[in-house]
Formats: sequence, C-alpha cells, structure tokens
Amino acid sequence: MQLYEMTMHEVKDLLKQNKASAREVLDSVMGRIEKVEEKVKSFVTITDDLAYDKADWCDREKEGGTIKGIPFALKDIICTKGIRTTCSSKMLENFVPVYDATVARLLNEQDGVLVGKLNMDEFAMGSSTEQSAFFPTHNPWDLNRVPGGSSGGSASAVAADEVFFTLGTDTGGSIRQPASFCGIVGIKPTYGRVSRWGVVAFASSLDQVGVFSKDVRDCAEVLNVICGKDPLDSTSVDVDVPDFTSFLDDNIKGMRIAYPKEYFGEGVDEDIKKAVKKALKHYESMGAIVEEVSLPHSEYALPAYYLIAPAEASANLARFDGVRYGFRDFEAENVVDMFSSTRAKGFGPEVKRRIMLGTYALSSGYYDAYYLKALKVRRLIYEDFARVFKNFDIIISPTTPTVAFKLGEQSDPLTLYMNDILTVPVNMAGLPGMSIPCGFKDGLPIGMQIIGKAFDEGTMLKAAYAFEQTTDYHKVKPALEVK
Amino acid sequence: MNSDFEVVIGLEVHVELKTKTKIFCSCSTEFGAEPNTQVCPVCSGFPGMLPVLNRKVVEYAIRAGLALNCEIAEFCKFDRKNYFYPDLPKAYQISQYDLPICKNGYVEIEVNGEKKRIGIIRAHMEEDAGKLVHQGTITSTPFSLVDLNRSGVPLLEIVSAPDLRSAQEARAYMEKLRSILLFAGVSDCKMQEGSLRCDANVSVRPKGQKEFGVRTEIKNLNSFKALEKAIEYEARRQIEAIEDGEEIVQETRTWDEEKQVTRSMRSKEEAHDYRYFPDPDLPPLRISREWVEEIRRNMPELPEQAKRRLMENYGLSAYDADIITLTPDYLAFFDECVRFYPDAKTVANWMMGELNKYLNQNNMEINEIKFKPAHLVAMLKLIDNGTISGKMAKTVFEEMFNTGKEPEVIIKEKGMEQISDTGALKAIIEEVIKNNPKVVEDYKSGKKKALGFLVGQVMKETKGQANPALVNELLREYLNKE
Repeated sequence: MQLYEMTMHEVKDLLKQNKASAREVLDSVMGRIEKVEEKVKSFVTITDDLAYDKADWCDREKEGGTIKGIPFALKDIICTKGIRTTCSSKMLENFVPVYDATVARLLNEQDGVLVGKLNMDEFAMGSSTEQSAFFPTHNPWDLNRVPGGSSGGSASAVAADEVFFTLGTDTGGSIRQPASFCGIVGIKPTYGRVSRWGVVAFASSLDQVGVFSKDVRDCAEVLNVICGKDPLDSTSVDVDVPDFTSFLDDNIKGMRIAYPKEYFGEGVDEDIKKAVKKALKHYESMGAIVEEVSLPHSEYALPAYYLIAPAEASANLARFDGVRYGFRDFEAENVVDMFSSTRAKGFGPEVKRRIMLGTYALSSGYYDAYYLKALKVRRLIYEDFARVFKNFDIIISPTTPTVAFKLGEQSDPLTLYMNDILTVPVNMAGLPGMSIPCGFKDGLPIGMQIIGKAFDEGTMLKAAYAFEQTTDYHKVKPALEVK
Repeated sequence: MNSDFEVVIGLEVHVELKTKTKIFCSCSTEFGAEPNTQVCPVCSGFPGMLPVLNRKVVEYAIRAGLALNCEIAEFCKFDRKNYFYPDLPKAYQISQYDLPICKNGYVEIEVNGEKKRIGIIRAHMEEDAGKLVHQGTITSTPFSLVDLNRSGVPLLEIVSAPDLRSAQEARAYMEKLRSILLFAGVSDCKMQEGSLRCDANVSVRPKGQKEFGVRTEIKNLNSFKALEKAIEYEARRQIEAIEDGEEIVQETRTWDEEKQVTRSMRSKEEAHDYRYFPDPDLPPLRISREWVEEIRRNMPELPEQAKRRLMENYGLSAYDADIITLTPDYLAFFDECVRFYPDAKTVANWMMGELNKYLNQNNMEINEIKFKPAHLVAMLKLIDNGTISGKMAKTVFEEMFNTGKEPEVIIKEKGMEQISDTGALKAIIEEVIKNNPKVVEDYKSGKKKALGFLVGQVMKETKGQANPALVNELLREYLNKE
C-alpha cells in the first residue's frame, strides 16, 4: 500500500514510529498529485516549495503538533499569508493575503504541511464547482461528473488520495454535498464552533468551516485542531471543545435516531432512499432506536435560504470594488464606472445573480416581505429541529436528492439550487451536520447525512464511526476514469 | 425675516468618541498621522476580516447617553448600511438602525434668558469612513487618493427632535451638546478636526400651523458660525420661495462657505436606499443595568452641576457661571485658581476679560496656553499687595500670555515694579511741591481738587510706577505738615 492511500491516522503512526519521514509522505502525495491532478483538477494553486520546506522542518524537529508532517490542502476561500487566495474568481485571481485565516494558522501551528489551495464554485456559490472562474473539477468516481460544490476541489482531492484531509466551507451544504458525491467523510460543525476569521464571507450567518477526510477518526482528529472560540470572530462561541476522538466507539446501544419523513419525499432518488433506510436498519440492528419524525417547515427552508444567503452575500461581496485590492477595470473613465465595470467583469454569472437577488430582497419596500419573512421561517425551522432533539440524539437523512450529476447537465440555476434541499435546513438552524458514505448507485457514492444537536458533534461522530466500523463503503476507492 | 413664519430645525450631530483604538479593530485613532499609517486588514475591508466590538466605545456611548438624559437600551444591535464610495472599504458602514443604544433624552438650553428643553430622539454607535484626498476640487482632480486612517473611528450620532426654532437656538444647542460631551469626557469635540460634525434639517411653516413644512437637509456645517449662517440663509430662502408661490422640495443641500449660500446636492429621488439589515458578524448587545449604574456612579461633574456649584459656592452670576463652565478645561483652570485665591469673582473677571480676549485673538483653547493658574494667582496677589497696579497688571498679563513667564519675572525684567518705597517717593514729592507752589497754595486754601493734580505729577515723574494710594497718603501728610 502506498503512503498516499492511507488514512491520516495510519500515516501519523508511521511518522511517529519513524517508519516514514515527512518528506517521504510528501513525496508520495506529490507523486500522486502529479499523476491524477490532470484528471480531477482539484487544485487552483500547489505550494510544493513551501510544503517541502515544512516537511523537512518536520523531519528535523523532535517535537511537533498533532498533525505533524501530514499533507493537507485548503479550499481557496481560506486566506493564507503570502499564498494567493482566489475564491476561484477573476476578482481575486492575484490576491495574496497578508494574513492567515485562524483555521490556517491552527493547522500550521500543529505542523500540518499545506500543499495547496483547492478549486471551488466562485465565492462558494454553486453546487458543482462548475462556477469556478478557472476550470471545473472532476469527480474521481466518474471524470465526466461533477464533484459537487461549492467545496468540490476539497472533496475530490481527498477522494483521489491527493491529500489526507482538506478544509472546506459549508453555507447551505457545500461540504456535505461534495463529500456525498465523492464518497468521503465531510463535516460541517455547529455554527460558532470554528472561527470564520480570514475565511472570505459568503453568507456570514450560515458559513461554517469544516473537514473532509477519508474516515471518521481523521475527521475527529482534525476537528480537535480547528474548533474553539476565537477572540477575532465575535460569532465563534466559547464552549468547551471535547477530545472528539473520545467519542469514537461503536457502542450505540440505546441511541435515539430520528429520520424526518420530509427528507424521504418526492424528488429524492429511490435508490438513495433505499440505501439510507438500509443504513437505518443497520443502526437498529446495532441497538439504536430508530423512529420517523416530522420537520414540518422543511419545504420552506430552501426559499428562505435563497433570500437570506444572497442578502448577506450582496453586502459581503460589495467590498470587491476595485479600490484597494483584487481586479480593477483600468479602462473606466471615472469612479462610478470603475465600480460597475470592475464588478461586471470581475464576477461570474452565478455571483452576479445572487448579488442581484440579495440586493432586491433587502430593498426598501421589499425587506419585510422577503428578508424579514425569511428570518421568521428560519426561526420555525430551528424550532422544528429543537422539538425533535428533545427526544432524539441524532437525525439521519440522505445528504443529496441525487448522486453526482454530469458536468454541464444542470444548467438551470433553480434545478441546481434543489441540490441543497436536504442540507440547507441544517445551516438555517446552525446545527452540526455530516455526510458519510452509505452505498452506491451505478458505481457512484451515496451519502448519508447525520445531523446533531448544537455543539454535540461528539454524538454525531460516534454514530458515524459505529456505522463506518461495521460497513465497508469507505474502503472502496474511485478508479479515476470516465464511466 | 418674515415673522409670520416659524422655522423648525432638527440637528444630526456626529461626534467622535475619544477611544484610543478604533471601534472594530485595534488601530490607533490619533488625529493627524501620515495617510494610511493607522490601518489594518479589518478597517480597510480586506476579504475574510471580521469586526470585534471595542468595549470602551459602548461605555462612552452609555456615558454620553446618560449625560444627555437618555434611556439606555438593554438590547441593541448593529446593522449594515450599504452604499458604494471609495472611502468606505467594506461598501457598508456598520451602524445601528432600528435599535440604537440611547433614546429619548434631552438637553436644556438658554437663549435670551429663556430656558428650553430640546429633545434627543436617539443616539447610536457607528464607524467612521475614511476620506478622499483630491488635487484641487473633487470635480477637477485628475485622480483621488484614499486615506483610511479615519475608517473605523468610533462615532456617536445624536439626533435631536425638531424642537429648535431659530439659528440662535440651534447654535446654543450645539454649544451645550459640546460642553456636555466634553464634561462627560467622551469626545474632544473639535469641529476643525472633524470630531464634531453636524447636519441640519430645516423647514418653515406659517405660525400656528401644526404640520411641519417640507424639510431640507444641510450638510458641510463645519463651525458654529456656519451652522448659524446656513440655517438663517436656508430659512430665508424657504420663506421667500413660499411667498413666491413655489414649493419646497425635499432634498439634501450643502453649505457653500465661500458664497454663504446653500446649494442643492441631491433630490429625494436620488437618495440612497441603504438596504439596512442586521450585521451577522456581530451578535446583538445586551447591556446590563449594573454596568449602566456603574457608569452613572462614575460620571464626571456635568456642566449643569458645575454651574450650580459656582453659583452656590462662589456667588457667581448665572451668566458668569455659564461661561466658566463652557469647557471642562476652562472650569478646571478656574477651580485651580480659586483654590489659592478665594476671590472667585475677581478670578472670573480676569478669565472672561483678558484671558478670553487673548484666547480669541490667537484662536486658542485654554489647554494650549503657556501659563498656569498659579501664574494668574501670583499676579492677582501682586495687585493686592500693591506691587503693581491693576492697569500694570494688564500689561503683565499680556506678557504672561505670550511668554508664559512668571509675573514676578516679568515685572523685574520690565522694571515695572510699583514704587512703594517711601524714601524714594518722598524725594519726588518734595520736588513736585517745590515746583508747584501755586497749586499747593490752592490746596491749602481749601481747593481739595488740587491734590489730584499733584498726585498726577508724581505719577508722571515715576512713569506711572508709583503706588497711587501711597502717593496720596504721603502728599497729604506733607501738605498738612507745611
């Protein structure tokens, strides 16, 4: 078995026992990237020189952090000091931050080895990574298909064994959906669990940084590094961060699992429903109590989301005006023209669509009917979940209504938005959610979504781990071919 | 102005809170630094940057609110005010929209001996924008530069009720507001540095009419004088327009300092839609009553209290007490003088007379002067013990103001010492008596006025430095002896 094929915790053991050096691990990863990157196109930027410097440093130093010598990569929305951070947008094509995002700093401080920045839908707006201003990313399970989005590069890089873990961001499903499409583990922690400082904002009240990994243990170990209150992010919450690996045992006897009937309704692929129902049976066989529940306001989550997220985005993306950094249209005659032509040329169509939507929703005369109404819906969705969580430990559902679709197949924005229908309510309620592989349809992975109580990622991880340890879905590797 | 009309004015005042650091980052707020030297990724709106509220800003806002008799909200929040301008790095200003920190306060003003209470509708926290530097004017400049030093400096916007009825009242309100905020210690209130700014909403209506007329908003009011002049002009303009049968248009106007007129900037239709919405980067603020009470307990003496103290403790008139309590520095100077020279009325007279004269002439604030209260006290004591006359003291004061030298030194250097040496005076008096036998004769024959002439002669001989009381006494002694 090649080093790059292993999980992070397996490689950590080898490094600890001096059976491999950080340089050897990196060599293995770099070799893999060289071989497969052409096919999947996960990376926007590869930082091999910096990575080798860090790996060599790791080999020289006796002491080190918890992820010492482990190659990883970051979604290109997470700012990295001295390394360009593009958000896969022409607007920031040459933007080099002078600061590290808190999560980038934390991973660096624990001596992880950053190998590059990952492709995404422009400014995290999209569900297929086709909205990248640079190039689309391909699904390792079928190179003709999308890896999902917006964190598509983060998912494909892990699925294709290009790195051991990656970080992404999830505003309406942007971690869980690509994790599902690529057959790996993806977690969006509770809103406020991980600092957003230095992460370019899409929708501030929904954005959350999370992890893609090859298995649940790796996921828990990376969460241990990135979670916690950050004084620089006023929305990060000061609650105890447990050792997430302490939840990893497969004894889930008596665990109460709910599955919402609305999440198994029309529009969700029958094979996906079947796979998740089968997983629920599996849980039952392990001693869990599984019951159907109702989250009655689910159907309003998506429309409300597509008001709140664009509204916040319309303000968050207003700073890209060509004045201080990023792209500027130098042809413009005066400052007002400069503003509009910079933004007209610097943003792609989906970003513009959402800015228009959000601007409209916040406009005087429409605010109450749209934005304010959406906030009220958000509250109802939160209450739906709160009611269920009085009696249950976790909620399980499919992550996506379909398996990965073909590149160019979904060109209608509204159809594309439907991809988020099962993941968006979790962001609206600020809850933690994750996706783990639970089956295949025509050789394409199916993801199961696990939703937890706020700040109870532990129970979620326990359930995920129990399933993973008693099934083999996570062990199947993609062939990196066109199907 | 046509007295059939009534002017209605409301003021929106922006005051810079004098925290050491900005409202959402730790950059310095100091005025006058080189452009873009007090900036960081947060206050220049870089991608991924987040605001963290400066606690001191909230404390100062509460303190200002209490000083202005406001209710302090238990729950308030920050909102984003969206608009594009090159000096606004995030393209939105973090402000407070529907839930401000302070509301329902008032300020008492006095104009022409009449007291009046001016309502304060609300006061809210927000961040300042940067500024643009043009070459020449904004319309002719080939390019403009952006200075973000001011971006993120904390502001309190104080909105008055439309309770003001004249330019004079508006000015009195501004002066009172300034004085209260200075005493509360929350702002430097320097109009010339922009730490106190004001927009005026002006409308007119026929006397007796209940509804307000259509208002215009006047910007660019950079001094008390500009405020007064602009309101007077605008009210006159509106009245004349109405009398000519024109309609007043709701619009924003700017005060043209050079031409002394208000000019239209943009109409209501061109007004921005700011698309306010709650800032998701900042959790709502809960303000505990304990904190508010603690701030109230530690409130410095405010102008009204100080005024009462001066009237009760020192018997100053309301007018004098008003002037002495215009700024805390001015009051502190007075208080320090009075500690060592209890004749408060004399201290007040010198401050309001000579001191103010030179402050105004030199366009200075009291904290910029070269001499200390101890200097003034020493000077007053020198008058009392006869070393100098009151008239000489004015010369000493001027020198003291210009050089900061101690009065004793000035007197020595200028040879101004009053001649109180009986021996030296006696010789001069004898000389004067010898040279004016006729006058002496007159005096002796009962013409008491003749004494005045002789005193004058002695003063002339001593170039005014003789102690007049002593000269009087000695002359009388001599004349009666002979």
